[in-house]
Amino acid sequence: MRRFLFPLAIFLVLAGFLAVGLRLNPREVPSPLIGKPVPAFRLAQLHAGDKSISPEDMRGKVWLLNVWASWCVSCKQEHPVLIELNKQNRIPIVGLNYKDERGAAITWLNQHGGDPYAVSAFDADGRVGIDFGVYGVPETFLIDKAGTIRYKHIGPVTEDALKSKILPLAEELSRG
Amino acid sequence: MVDRLVIAMQKSALALRRFLLLALTPLILAPAFAADGGVAQALGDPVVEARVTRLAEELRCLTCMGQSIADSQSAFSSDMKREIRAMIVAGKSDKEIVDFMVQRYGDFVLYRPPVKSTTWLLWGGPFLLLALALLFLVAKLRKRSAQAGSELSESEHRQAASLLGKSVGDGK
Repeated sequence: MRRFLFPLAIFLVLAGFLAVGLRLNPREVPSPLIGKPVPAFRLAQLHAGDKSISPEDMRGKVWLLNVWASWCVSCKQEHPVLIELNKQNRIPIVGLNYKDERGAAITWLNQHGGDPYAVSAFDADGRVGIDFGVYGVPETFLIDKAGTIRYKHIGPVTEDALKSKILPLAEELSRG
Repeated sequence: MVDRLVIAMQKSALALRRFLLLALTPLILAPAFAADGGVAQALGDPVVEARVTRLAEELRCLTCMGQSIADSQSAFSSDMKREIRAMIVAGKSDKEIVDFMVQRYGDFVLYRPPVKSTTWLLWGGPFLLLALALLFLVAKLRKRSAQAGSELSESEHRQAASLLGKSVGDGK
């Protein structure tokens, strides 16, 4: 009987590791930018190419930076959620239109229920995206009043993610 | 006669296949190069390109997970290669370039993560398993040699001798 105990123990340990491994999402790579100042940039706005937008302009506000593109399939999924969030007027959303074409981006917004963004920055070559460690669109950053990145959401923003994580944290940050 | 014919046919088939492969290679490779912005790469300074490739082999393509930036054809990887190339041209050292990537993408981007408190199990795990296996082996061998080395008892001696057809004490 005892000779079976040792293999059984090994099996249980392995099964435990695999069970944990299966629950992890390999796409969710922890961002080293959490707790760091938001990368500085100044980009042309998507709608008004002669005007610019920089994180400096958002200082003193708690805000979301949402990385999106017209070629991004899962952006369609989160778009209604962002539109609804914008209607509630709880937190300003700044778009980072990533590696896109101006015309295609504006058409996409019109076709998908409108523009939830206070303003969108136009990052045609994706250089600013690299500074934010963007590797899969959509990605969303929560930034506090002092311009520190507090949270990063990878993949489409869902009602659930807003309710359970992003909005409570944002409220806490606006009070503080 | 038939054998020779078969061999000749095989040879010509092989030759034909080689010819086709050679003739089609540019066609097969062309899209791959095009996707990579390969024209600029091929025209670039070979020293710079060698460094780009060496660095790209050390970095993970985060959108494809299992591939290095050097192996991957994804848009993410070609952007990364473009950045690496730009930094090399700007005179940055290898360490500065790798640090740039780690600042943005974390240690996960490195195929050889640094040894620190969160990664010691990753680096030490295989050696730990090896040590455990060695301990187990030594314990097993000791047990076995302890069993094999034991002296025969008086009765066992007698039994053995009777089996061999000799009387006890007649062994000399």
